[in-house]
Amino acid sequence: MRRPSLRVLSITTIAAFCVSLSLVFFYAPIEAEEGFLQKIFYLHVPLAIVTLCGFVIGGLCAIAHLRTRDQRWDLRSYVAIHMSLIFGVAVLITGSIWARGSWGHWWVWSEPTLVSFLIIMLLYATYQPLRFAIEDPERQARYASVFAITAGAFVPMNFLAVRLSASYLHPRVLGSSSNLPASMGFTFLVSLVAIALLFATLCSYELAAKRTRILLKARSRILGYQS
Amino acid sequence: MLRALLRKELLVELRTLESIPGMSLFAVTTFVVFHFALNQDTVSGQEAAGILWVTLLFAAMLGINRLFVADADQGGFDGFLLAPVERTALLIAKATALLAYLLVLELIAVPAFGLLLLGPPLGQALPGLLAPLALGDIGVAAIGTLVAALAVRTRARDLLGPLLALPLLVPIVIGCARASAPLLYATRPGGPPLRWLGTLALYDLVFGLIAYAVFDFLLED
Amino acid sequence: MNPLATTLPEHSNDGYVAAAYIVFFAIVLIYVAIMAVRLGRVERKVRDLSAQEREKERETV
Repeated sequence: MRRPSLRVLSITTIAAFCVSLSLVFFYAPIEAEEGFLQKIFYLHVPLAIVTLCGFVIGGLCAIAHLRTRDQRWDLRSYVAIHMSLIFGVAVLITGSIWARGSWGHWWVWSEPTLVSFLIIMLLYATYQPLRFAIEDPERQARYASVFAITAGAFVPMNFLAVRLSASYLHPRVLGSSSNLPASMGFTFLVSLVAIALLFATLCSYELAAKRTRILLKARSRILGYQS
Repeated sequence: MLRALLRKELLVELRTLESIPGMSLFAVTTFVVFHFALNQDTVSGQEAAGILWVTLLFAAMLGINRLFVADADQGGFDGFLLAPVERTALLIAKATALLAYLLVLELIAVPAFGLLLLGPPLGQALPGLLAPLALGDIGVAAIGTLVAALAVRTRARDLLGPLLALPLLVPIVIGCARASAPLLYATRPGGPPLRWLGTLALYDLVFGLIAYAVFDFLLED
Repeated sequence: MNPLATTLPEHSNDGYVAAAYIVFFAIVLIYVAIMAVRLGRVERKVRDLSAQEREKERETV
């Protein structure tokens, strides 16, 4: 287990979060229209960006897996998608809370990001049932990679389609992130870095845990054969 | 080779009549259910487009579920893999067959819709509807074949198929429903907005290419 | 979304912001807790396995 680098990652992540949270609550100015509620923006939008990147990375690792047939790529693809699913739940919940605070409803169809996310999460929720429905490990990895590639390509196309369909009668509930004043932009970037680091750290832990379990299984099997 | 595969698909369907009657009956029955669920005699505009497309989509699910079942259950895959033929030929043959089933489905379901539920006369909307119908069918065929191949050799194939397909088909539903809605307005019907037809075409192209690139890996053993 | 507040903001929305951040950290903490439990289990298995291997070596000697 590469413990030194995991430790470094964890400490960096915690530091980044301390910096980011102080910036969010003590440095970034209060926005006039939405007031204090706008602070959720620094949590919800970075989470969304990192989650989407996670799904796409899962697809890219799947391509590598199909080309090299190295099971390690399949492991990386699985962990990336699994972690993005967890982060995606957080995106939906924080987005819903934001919608409730600023619009009065727990769900709004006029916010394209939230709607796209719902569809994407519904798709990726089938990833693990698909894997567990196939017993042969080689075929499972292969089929999972096919899914990850298809779904990874679906992510940007879905965003396009939903954004096009968004009703222009309702204003965007959660606002756009263009034309931010510099202080807000800086805070946003730091938050983005913090959440990206969190994603990377948790993925590294999960990868290490899975690799250890695989090694363990192999050794106990050898032990079983020897007796 | 492709022609032989396609002919076999269509012949089997003609002889066993597995998919098409089921899909068509399902669609017509669904229209009846909608009448009672909505408690309305006629629908028009976006509502009509939505009902038509949702019904077609779920009827298509039935066809997608059955697409590879015979091959998986009766060892057709092995025979195909032993033959010295390009594997993507199977993809194209199956997708074309599914497209054919969808076209026949629509030949029955769309007039039924016009008869049972649609308020404005179907005749004037029909020429404009052909484009969204065609583009939607191509998309459903491409994605449906890929998903069917993915789901057929898993344990819960009847469940996983629709669960995988529906999110992937949401953009097609968006595009087709939005493109069809102006055609079905009760007053002053218009033509299909080109923006949506363009989006549908792009989506079909991207996923057709992805299905083509990725299908080989599903058939390896 | 551009203008910055010039008057004191109202704090009726504090609850929502707190809820969002708390939910997020709760999810992360729950995940870390699950990982910690699994790690404990894996460490126990490693110890058992090492004990088994040592016994095996003693037997063959």
